[in-house]
Amino acid sequence: MTHTLPRRALLTAVPLLAAPGVLHAQAQARLLVIGGGFGGASAANFARRTYPWLDVTLIEPKTRFVTCPYGNLVLAGARQIGQITHGYDGLRARGVRVVHDWAAGIDPAQRRVRLAGGETLTYDRLILSPGIALRWGAIEGYDEAAAEHMPHAWVPGDGAQTLLLRRQLEEMPDGGVVGLAIPGNPFRCPPGPYERISMIASYLKRHKPRSKILALDAKDAFSKQGLFQDAWAALYPGMIEWVPANRDGRVTRVDARARVLETEFGTRHSVAVANVIPPQSAARIAIEAGLADNSGWVPVNPRTFESRVAPGIHVVGDANIPGPMPKSGYVANSTAKQAVASAAALLRGEAPPEALYFNTCYSYVGEEYGISIVGIYRPNAEGTAIAEVPNSGGVSPRGSLPEQRRLEALHADAWYESITKDMFA
Amino acid sequence: MRFMPVLLCSLGFALPHAQAQAPLAAQGCIGCHGPNGAGMASVPGLAGRDQAEMVAQMNAFRANERPATIMGRVARGYSEAEIMASAAYFARQPR
Repeated sequence: MTHTLPRRALLTAVPLLAAPGVLHAQAQARLLVIGGGFGGASAANFARRTYPWLDVTLIEPKTRFVTCPYGNLVLAGARQIGQITHGYDGLRARGVRVVHDWAAGIDPAQRRVRLAGGETLTYDRLILSPGIALRWGAIEGYDEAAAEHMPHAWVPGDGAQTLLLRRQLEEMPDGGVVGLAIPGNPFRCPPGPYERISMIASYLKRHKPRSKILALDAKDAFSKQGLFQDAWAALYPGMIEWVPANRDGRVTRVDARARVLETEFGTRHSVAVANVIPPQSAARIAIEAGLADNSGWVPVNPRTFESRVAPGIHVVGDANIPGPMPKSGYVANSTAKQAVASAAALLRGEAPPEALYFNTCYSYVGEEYGISIVGIYRPNAEGTAIAEVPNSGGVSPRGSLPEQRRLEALHADAWYESITKDMFA
Repeated sequence: MRFMPVLLCSLGFALPHAQAQAPLAAQGCIGCHGPNGAGMASVPGLAGRDQAEMVAQMNAFRANERPATIMGRVARGYSEAEIMASAAYFARQPR
């Protein structure tokens, strides 16, 4: 025990003793992070923990961050919005300069970021984690005004969209139909819409058991499909109808005030509550900086997550093209760390480290009932693409496994606590 | 205190590399196992545990010889070297 204190003191002193000349230059290295969500907060926190010589600034307009994960539990009434809301004091305590302003534009050539408040910040390396934009108008009639009647609750913002959908569920009559419009791939959180269906069903079963859910999908298959459908049959028999694209499930037009969802072949579904999850793209700042390709998403180097077109900008989180990986919070966290490690290495003139990306997505489908998908990924030998490690990962086993489901629900809660601490504490 | 100069040298040259490499292999674990692998509610802690014991458990998960909710699926994604490095990292963390 007597050795603990001197050793700890040494640990902090060592970098200064090791190579003062190099580290003097590094002490000036500015890592700028745009976006304080799963990618950006993870990056800023990891950078300060691991590379104390980096000067880290985080730009995030909101002072409080409401997570997408566990938003569906708010809809079920199993969580309050305050329980999924986080602040930035922990990052400040780690030495991150947190600037609550809107990043208005990036000048990749000059390595400068202009803020809406007038300030201009320069960087040596930029971690850009701006999230997604909802493509207003991609579904005819679905714009920002329509979202006040038919919430998307897919970009939580200050939580208002999630709370609006919750309130509409509370106000609808027993026996009403809840309609969902679900987008095609790629989109944020592939299992999210189906967890949402499950959590809405859990609420309806308890409070409005004569009600139905009509899920209109622009796809013919979805993440963890067998597990979800098993659970729906077991927990909510007769309540949920899922309509794939090949059975006219693709919603192409809405009438927000009348609460009508219209599909590709003209079927008009009148519903009591409508949750429209529209098609998405990378957030506007990434597109305006010229980082996105024709798909609307940002191509990146599989090893460093550096933009394919703008050196010095590492794009993490849901805005990028992550190969076979899902647009998930865990992938944002994992790739953010690799991006920061790569940025730090490149700033020191070293090769970026070997990459290993990790994902686990838990979904709640009922009380004490969780399911998951795991994926572990690496860049291929040529560094041209990302591939899942063969014979690893996959979804929870099917069948009647109550103890497995109960444990996975508990592990989901542990994941939420762990990863939000990794970001914000 | 007479060991100090030795410590200084070995830490001074080994640490920056160890800091950059070992945590990256282990970072995936932290999203569920808590800060520095300290454990979180239903998910057991890794910090301060015996390295050889953790390696043996991971190998048992890989071989489907140990009951698992998700760890079998996880363990098969890591190389032996990554398992060794991650276990070494967590073994060094305070409980």
